[in-house]
Amino acid sequence: MIRILVQREPFDEGRELATLRANGVGGIASFTGIVRGEDGLTELHLDHYPGMTEAALMALADQANARWSLHNVTIIHRVGPLHPCDPVVFVGTAATHRAAALEACAFLIDRLKTDAPFWKRETFADGRSSWVDARDSDETAAARW
Amino acid sequence: MERVLLYFAWVREQVGVGEEKVALPAEVLTLTDLAAWLKARGGGYSEAFARPEKLRAALDQKMVPLTTAIGDAREIAFFPPVTGG
Repeated sequence: MIRILVQREPFDEGRELATLRANGVGGIASFTGIVRGEDGLTELHLDHYPGMTEAALMALADQANARWSLHNVTIIHRVGPLHPCDPVVFVGTAATHRAAALEACAFLIDRLKTDAPFWKRETFADGRSSWVDARDSDETAAARW
Repeated sequence: MERVLLYFAWVREQVGVGEEKVALPAEVLTLTDLAAWLKARGGGYSEAFARPEKLRAALDQKMVPLTTAIGDAREIAFFPPVTGG
């Protein structure tokens, strides 16, 4: 089962992990991305491309499924205003064995960063606000798959 | 044929709108042509489309290089490189 959610609301990682369990699943891997409160960051605003975002995440989940024969995949990405320590993204993969679950999870979070249409805007305590630039290291990480 | 143009993140802020409908002139064949045509509108457009190498695009919700022909695409989006996750 593939579960894709793009939402403003927080999510419950514990509940999401439990939902990934199923008969035949031998291992579940997950990644939760958290808003870092570095350099006086007060707000992280996530913009996205409604419609394309869900389709892009679904396409990534399909690719992971085809490559690692997953039982279940969940991708949740939040949008709108977020604050330090808020969870922003969840990727969970359930497979028969650990290697498939772990690799598929790493693939999804790496490729999500380059293939899904999200944009971050940072606002700092001193009033500065700017769009985050894409990082070359993200391209490199995505290319290894 | 009328197309929907969508702008996101700083492209939207510089252009001043998130969405508009346009009929493209016959000489606009690729996304690069379209970026140049939009830049020539002046104002926020000239700012947003000043450096096309800084832009990414999608045709009907599929990311494609700017050299791609627009063809029959109904929805055209311009945006900065993505920064999710």
